[in-house]
Amino acid sequence: MAVKVRIPAPLQSLTGGAAEVEAQGRTVREVIEDLERKYHGIKARLCDDAGELRRFVNIYVNDQDIRFQQGLDTELKDNDEVSIIPAIAGGN
Amino acid sequence: MLLDGWGEEGQRKLENAHVAVVGAGGLGCPIDLYLAAAGVGKLTIIDADVVEETNLNRQVLHWSSDIGKPKVQSAVEKLTKFNSQVKFVPIHGRLTEETVDEWLRDADVIVDALDNFPTRLILNRYAVETRKPLVHGAIYGWEGRATTILPFETACLACIFEEGPPPGVFPVVGTTPGLIAMVQATEVLKLLLGVGQPLFNRYLIYDGLTMTFHTVKLRRRPNCPVCGKSN
Repeated sequence: MAVKVRIPAPLQSLTGGAAEVEAQGRTVREVIEDLERKYHGIKARLCDDAGELRRFVNIYVNDQDIRFQQGLDTELKDNDEVSIIPAIAGGN
Repeated sequence: MLLDGWGEEGQRKLENAHVAVVGAGGLGCPIDLYLAAAGVGKLTIIDADVVEETNLNRQVLHWSSDIGKPKVQSAVEKLTKFNSQVKFVPIHGRLTEETVDEWLRDADVIVDALDNFPTRLILNRYAVETRKPLVHGAIYGWEGRATTILPFETACLACIFEEGPPPGVFPVVGTTPGLIAMVQATEVLKLLLGVGQPLFNRYLIYDGLTMTFHTVKLRRRPNCPVCGKSN
């Protein structure tokens, strides 16, 4: 499946400044692996050593939080939009 | 004001309202200014910092002549000249578990204009415990976020994020907090007037580089340590 992935500001240094990239995968987990192949280092920012999503990172497929679906095993369809949304703290 | 839901009665609601804005920096300054302009009756403004030169690209109530002054003092000096009808309560100090109730007890709406996650969580917990609406905003570089939390009705901050981001220094583009501040001030006015659809269970994400806004849906987490079923 080809999906569109929204890259948040804190991770755009890994995608050459791109706020949106294309990736392939049948599940969110596979999309993260595909992103890692293209943008080395991104997986470690999203996942812990056990391969699970870090607790300050959320991922949405279209506008739905994958924690309320099948987590990283949430299945994807062509043209789905995957949004990576880590906590950010600035405001000052 | 010739707008549905505003009028004289709406203006009275604003005059009778007490809003607490926590943080007098990039988000807080424009929020304070526009809430004072709208005629909110009482504004409590909380911040522990003093004005530094690096603040001046975005913290628009602080000017070069204010460097070294407490931010709340600098802000209230300008705001009083701007609208002397508003009662301003400046509090120069750090919001903690010990001070939060004393400082926010009388507020009708709380605004999160902070710059760090641990204090945001104190504010979130307090808002949930006291069932006060909390208008959240955060920024990173060209990106901004906002949502409006109505305790036990919508997702709270701890429902959204199970943990804060690793500590670090966050880059700021001056206009990003300005824009998110306008979203937050708009949300406060809607809550006080009882009009429109606030950002309940919606997380607004603004990207200044692509100039796009999108929202994702938020849900309460049943096992949320702050507003979950066991609380």
